[in-house]
Amino acid sequence: MATTETAAAADAVARQAATAEPPARAAAVKPWVWAVVAVAFVLPLLKFVIPGVISDYRLFVISTMMIAAIAVLGLNLLTGFNGQISLGHGAFYAVGAYTAAVMLDKISWMPDYYFLTIPAAAVMCFVVGYLFGLPALRLEGHYLALATFALALAVPQLLKYKWLEGLTGGVQGVVLLKPSPPFGLPLSEDQWLYYYILVIMVALYFIAFNILRGRNGRAMMAIRDHQMAADTMGIDTAQYKTVTFGISAAYTGIAGALSASAIAYVAPDSFGFFLSISLLIGLVVGGVASLAGSIIGGVFTVLVQNSAQALSKFVKNDLGLPFDLSAYAVYGILLLILMYVMPLGIAGGIVMAWRRLRG
Amino acid sequence: MTTVLEVKDLKAYYGQTQALHGVSFELLEGGITTLLGANGAGKTTTLRAICNMVRTEGDVVFQGRSIRGQATESIVRLGFAHVPEGRGTFTTLTVDENLRIAAYTRSDKAAVKRDLDMVFEYFPRLRERIQQQAGTLSGGEQQMLAISRALMLGPRVMLLDEPSFGLAPLIVQEIFRIMRRINTEAKCSMLLVEQNAALALDLADHAYVLETGRVVMSGPSDVVKNDENIRKSYLGY
Ligand SMILES: Nc1ncnc2c1ncn2[C@@H]1O[C@H](COP(=O)(O)OP(=O)(O)O)[C@@H](O)[C@H]1O
Ligand SMILES: [Mg+2]
Repeated sequence: MATTETAAAADAVARQAATAEPPARAAAVKPWVWAVVAVAFVLPLLKFVIPGVISDYRLFVISTMMIAAIAVLGLNLLTGFNGQISLGHGAFYAVGAYTAAVMLDKISWMPDYYFLTIPAAAVMCFVVGYLFGLPALRLEGHYLALATFALALAVPQLLKYKWLEGLTGGVQGVVLLKPSPPFGLPLSEDQWLYYYILVIMVALYFIAFNILRGRNGRAMMAIRDHQMAADTMGIDTAQYKTVTFGISAAYTGIAGALSASAIAYVAPDSFGFFLSISLLIGLVVGGVASLAGSIIGGVFTVLVQNSAQALSKFVKNDLGLPFDLSAYAVYGILLLILMYVMPLGIAGGIVMAWRRLRG
Repeated sequence: MTTVLEVKDLKAYYGQTQALHGVSFELLEGGITTLLGANGAGKTTTLRAICNMVRTEGDVVFQGRSIRGQATESIVRLGFAHVPEGRGTFTTLTVDENLRIAAYTRSDKAAVKRDLDMVFEYFPRLRERIQQQAGTLSGGEQQMLAISRALMLGPRVMLLDEPSFGLAPLIVQEIFRIMRRINTEAKCSMLLVEQNAALALDLADHAYVLETGRVVMSGPSDVVKNDENIRKSYLGY
């Protein structure tokens, strides 16, 4: 009888753990998602109403948030929905950024057709991600973490490699032009960039949504939940895992390509290990296995990096504390607090709060 | 009666360690064969070896044709449904999604619908919990789901790995009663791995006892069940 009781207890624990997971996926896009998209589209127009608030600079900051969101979305497809950890997505971001940069730099007519860098970076990163996913099949958990970590360390070094200098510009990187608005649209560069990135982000969001809600999405998640059982269901788990790696890398690579255009500059040292880690932080903080959480995570990574710097200055100059807090320390503290308050990430936290409100 | 599955001199390896040392047995068409043995005897490994989930040598013959070396997903398509040790629930998917995953390999939608109705007839509790996240089901319900999911593959042979594990006796009885019905009504042969020998011998027609990767004893279930010497020396009850 004792074993039955322990089994029952273990059962209860398992059940509790499972309830803490995010709820099952919806069949259709929630109305609030449409609302957010609508607001995002009219936002730049508000400068006619509240010119002090909506500046070009603020739009640019939001653009960088959306780029980060796309990158986190890519990572979430792999880690959140398919259960493969990556500490090295900064590498795919870098490959995407350099694919775009080299095209824009070396092909004379390319700056007029800069949007072509997006599919190019996507294809390039899909291939690289797929190929990396093949050996990764034999790696689980910690080993996959290590392998991707190595990738994150290797790629910036490769970009500095002197035989590639002709293409990559070595340590100096490549300076680019910001994309200009087409068809003589009366938009500033930053406004145009904002719309350009917004449209791509929304498209990628809905593509991900559609993948996940169909049977391919179910297979991806089944593999995450229990790979061996997925095998016994006749799912070609190896194929799914490598293709997911490719798609995930393509998403993050598109983000990289967009960043090259937005910042109009690429250099190896912008793609160090910290980039990979901040994508992972964005994933966890926003919400693992949550599409909306990926967007929140992208916003968060940019926001907290900017405000950590501001906060650290504030602590030093205005509070007059007898010690110095570096921006990283503030970043770390913010993270710890957040993970303590919202262990399921911001998206999970909002869902829980909403449920509590409604009883 | 014809033989649906014949396992010949099966060896299996985890890296360098050999877990099976030449196991042979048969499963009759429409029959239930049970593999008994203590913890670590190699029962789970045998099921995995049949589905080519570990490195194997020897032969596995299904309906007269060797299937050894085929990829797991093709073996599943041939008609094998493996109910894995520990149930293998897709915990974050709903009950409905768990069942639909299983129909993934099938194109005949009408048959899938029929099988879904059949599953709910066997396990009405699952119908009540259709939109529930599978990880929130009780252990017994998860075992029912695991068996249902296997049924949704439309299998010829079901490989069941300790379906009684960690469940209350009443639930076990219910599940074994349904397994008997599945065996006769769905015409599905079964290879049943169990540590609970008494239970398994009641259900099965043939029994094989494994010890450290070898078959040490076999025979019709009635014989094994009623032979006190065999029970004492191999099954420990
Ligand atoms: N993944 C594994 N890696 C290495 N050895 C394993 C693994 N799984 C099982 N074994 C070994 O293989 C032998 C048989 O195990 P198993 O088939 O699980 O036994 P049973 O299911 O009868 O309890 C045991 O000695 C066990 O330690
Ligand atoms: Mg076992």
